[in-house]
Amino acid sequence: MAEVALRQVVKKYGDVEAVRTIDLDIPNNEFVVLVGPSGCGKSTTLRMIAGLEEITSGDISIGGQVVNDLPPKDRDIAMVFQNYALYPHMTAFDNMAFGLKLRKFSKAEIKQRVEHAARILDITELLDRRPKALSGGQRQRVAMGRAIVRNPKVFLFDEPLSNLDAKLRVQMRTEIKRVHQKVKTTTVYVTHDQVEAMTLADRVVVMNQGRIEQIGTPHELYHHPRTRFVAGFIGSPAMNFIPCRLEQAGSGLRTHVSDTIALPVPSDREARYRAVVGKELVLGLRPEHITEPRHNGRTDGCDFEVTLDVVEPMGMETMVFYTIKGTEFCSRVEPSSAGDAGAKMRLHANVDHMHLIDPASGTVI
Amino acid sequence: MSTATLAVPAGKTAPARSSLRRSRRWALFASYFFLILFAIFFLMPPYYMVVTALKSDAEMARLATNPWFIFDGVTLDQFRILLTQTDFLIFFKNTVIVTVCVVAITMVVSVLAAFALGRMRFWGSSILATGIFLTYLVPDTLLFIPMFQIVRSIGLLNSYWGMVLVYPTLTVPFCTWIMIGYFQSIPKELDEAALIDGAGHMQMLLKIFVPVALPGIIAAMIFAFTVSWAAFVYPMAFLYSSDQQVLTVGTVTSLIRGDVYKWGMLMAGALVAAAPPLVIYAFLMDYYIAGLTAGATKG
Repeated sequence: MAEVALRQVVKKYGDVEAVRTIDLDIPNNEFVVLVGPSGCGKSTTLRMIAGLEEITSGDISIGGQVVNDLPPKDRDIAMVFQNYALYPHMTAFDNMAFGLKLRKFSKAEIKQRVEHAARILDITELLDRRPKALSGGQRQRVAMGRAIVRNPKVFLFDEPLSNLDAKLRVQMRTEIKRVHQKVKTTTVYVTHDQVEAMTLADRVVVMNQGRIEQIGTPHELYHHPRTRFVAGFIGSPAMNFIPCRLEQAGSGLRTHVSDTIALPVPSDREARYRAVVGKELVLGLRPEHITEPRHNGRTDGCDFEVTLDVVEPMGMETMVFYTIKGTEFCSRVEPSSAGDAGAKMRLHANVDHMHLIDPASGTVI
Repeated sequence: MSTATLAVPAGKTAPARSSLRRSRRWALFASYFFLILFAIFFLMPPYYMVVTALKSDAEMARLATNPWFIFDGVTLDQFRILLTQTDFLIFFKNTVIVTVCVVAITMVVSVLAAFALGRMRFWGSSILATGIFLTYLVPDTLLFIPMFQIVRSIGLLNSYWGMVLVYPTLTVPFCTWIMIGYFQSIPKELDEAALIDGAGHMQMLLKIFVPVALPGIIAAMIFAFTVSWAAFVYPMAFLYSSDQQVLTVGTVTSLIRGDVYKWGMLMAGALVAAAPPLVIYAFLMDYYIAGLTAGATKG
């Protein structure tokens, strides 16, 4: 168990900068998820922590010790790979015991550790099987077991659930969380799936184009994104964005979206937005914050009418898609309130959750 | 609606299915026909060898008889004389020594070279790998004159140990090439997992790569064995006394005297010489195919 620190870390492949000067502090026992689109540098960052990639400049320290020049085996880390990376000619037991054998542990100690890890992961009956005879989920459990038996300072997960089907992915996600609660160890987890990031992480690190966009708890990232990228990346379906102009409306403010839609700004935000009155901005609203009206006929200027293009029933909710000024919008509504495609529907914007974004810098105001 | 959708395909699929069955039957028939033709064509020489080896010299001398059949009864005389009155067993022993040594040397060199070229990233590794394969393309008929100078200069002319030195120049390039393909087909996460588990490069090779790449290694071994067992040009050029001779050249030089061909013993000798490769191929053919096709079918 140890803290991990990245200081001004840069990784270049020739002239291409894959990771651009990142700083990150991961306290002891924390579960941190690096999330971002393909090519954002999250896996490279993880591999640099593991020692599988050399860093171009900066420092990486584990447990207070700078490990820049240490080989992976001397960093006291364990890694779980996307494709499991189990040794195909060894049984599950031997796969888990391999690292311990190389470190000259006694046979009794190896047996005790492997059996303990197998109990945690519920794979005791599978220890005699080779990887070929295991399902995807079982293989991933063995791969996790291989990491657990070493009792390392840091667990590294490189998109461990990407090869599993949707149902198994949800099960294994819970399993990983359960294991972390039992085996309290500093964990760095890489994924491109923001749902995985939100559900697993103590803190999420959102990366984009080799840079860290924002670090925060899942709640912070969802409710208080700092950039348009984070606002759009976190949440599914993604946040709706549309150009708007911030206007004075009497003593208050409002966002002018179109000739028929002008949403009032909540009074507690007026001070924050006062400096950008009259400017062209981008309005961001999540699909779950544009719903059917739920105010019993009371109007607050936040209702508007749209023509539905596509209706996607999901069971407990329905996604409706429509266009405002040429921009596609999505809303999450009650199944009973949604009409068919082509029908008109009245919607209500929950402006308490609105975000105004500076289009030039991409930062949330 | 459902009745209509059921009725239309039912009427149409019945003839379609029977035509499919008929065309499959024809394909099967054609396959068997050509396979049998192929088998007969390729089994003819071995059959002729067996028939000739089991005949007496007297029957062979009677030109009037049909050479494809045995009329005077089966005899093992050719084998008995071959094994007791010629140097055939010496040739056999020499060939086994040379082949075992060549296969061992080839595998050690090829596996190490292929691991380095296929898995360890260093400057020029891909050019080196191609260069190694290009050396395989130079035929031994071109190489034997400079090789002769080398073998003579180190005092191994007319010694089968010279063959142990020379044959790997034929086997190492191709075996390395096969192994590079096989090693490259193994996911890179496997060596990364081994590195994190604490393995050094040699441990990684011996404990992970060699077991995982076993089909490729066996394919390379079979190739090295075949080349070494069947080599003809080098022993023909470098070996001239019968106590140093190997099977391929020894059998021919000792059983063909001028224009006198001892056909019975030649065929018996060829049969005995062909037995070890046959046995090895029969048991390891699956590995051989898996090894040779690994690069083509794996990511």
